Amino acid sequence: MITHHPEAEILVDYAAGTLTEGMALAVATHAWHCAECRETIADLEAIGGVLLETCPPVELTDGAFDAILARLDEPGPPRTPAPSPSVDDTIVVPAPLARYIGGRIADLAWRRVGRLYDEVRLPLSTATVKASLMRFRPQTLVPHHTHRGREYTVVLAGGFSDAGKSFGPGDFNALDSSHHHQPRIDDDGDCLCLVVLDAPLKLTGVVGRLINPFLRI
Amino acid sequence: MLEAVKSVLPAVMMGSPTWTSEWWPGTGRTSLALTNDQLCALVEKVAADRDRRAFAQLFTYFAPRLKGFGIRRGTDPATSEELAQETMLTLWRKADTFDRRKATVTTWVFTIVRNKRIDLFRREGFPEVDLSAVAEQAAEGASADDLVFAGQAGNAIRVAMRSLPKEQLDVLEKAFFEDKSHRAIAEETGLPLGTVKSRIRLALMRLRDVLPGAAQ
Repeated sequence: MITHHPEAEILVDYAAGTLTEGMALAVATHAWHCAECRETIADLEAIGGVLLETCPPVELTDGAFDAILARLDEPGPPRTPAPSPSVDDTIVVPAPLARYIGGRIADLAWRRVGRLYDEVRLPLSTATVKASLMRFRPQTLVPHHTHRGREYTVVLAGGFSDAGKSFGPGDFNALDSSHHHQPRIDDDGDCLCLVVLDAPLKLTGVVGRLINPFLRI
Repeated sequence: MLEAVKSVLPAVMMGSPTWTSEWWPGTGRTSLALTNDQLCALVEKVAADRDRRAFAQLFTYFAPRLKGFGIRRGTDPATSEELAQETMLTLWRKADTFDRRKATVTTWVFTIVRNKRIDLFRREGFPEVDLSAVAEQAAEGASADDLVFAGQAGNAIRVAMRSLPKEQLDVLEKAFFEDKSHRAIAEETGLPLGTVKSRIRLALMRLRDVLPGAAQ
């Protein structure tokens, strides 16, 4: 049961195409789980369609159609097959995410970070945004920290609680510099999350300062 | 241009009684009105028969709108035209992926130009959501005829958008026309972020109320 969704304005940015790739990946991964948000995205794309349709048309230059005709027989770029969800042991990898993960979850090049979690960085087209899979052991308490930019988390498996709220598979959490948080991982299994950061984490508090050098994020 | 098009068409088409100059690309008849059903039929002809005549009609209808859409978003005319061309080429190549149960043709073309724009301008991929599950749910809700659902929803959205207060329509238009995230809209207009967010939410709630099959 999904209880935490992206805010409406984030879905608008997604549908309009103004989110960065990493953030769009977080929204798409959540929406893969969430029928309600898929429906909202479909409505928003329909709004985009209406705005396109009602836009004042501007004539193309002479020869524009001939130029297209001449290209119709060109072979198109190879079709990347529509991503399908992959079942990996007990984890179903959402279709939008499957394209960014090149293998079984367990076999990825996991890197242990600050004795807190394991991380695999996902390949995005630009380096300004960072998207990672993070795997936490049960009962991990992540030190109190805040963010210089925005952090989007989508739970893929397991769960955690933060500020009195519980997050489970499919749940979406958006945080920014106004949030100080200290998530605790549930005790009934590993927690796997997609985490997208658009600026480095900034740890707060004594424990945070001690751990900070190890967090190369 | 006329000769160029004629040369690629089988002679039998030339004799067709419906072969009129009305849909010739570049004849200035950009106000040509087509219903979603007509547009669907054209895309399906392109998919099934690689029908260049159907494609020419789609080009006449969409290419000037796509160019206008690019210019409206602040892109220069030459680049907007290139974007329109690339979008039409993708429409030709991917016509077989169009499913009239999932979306109207215009909505589908919007998603193509959105993704193309991200691809050309930012060299980024766009993680898409498969909306087929939405179509399935919609079909369950509208038992009469699921095939017309997307078209109805498209019409309902068009009507509903006309009923939105101007301030709400403005933020949606800025998001879709000006390539700006809601945060950028707040910065540019000087409106508090909370105001931008609440206008977006109110607009969506209002649209939700009038859409067939919308979540209760």
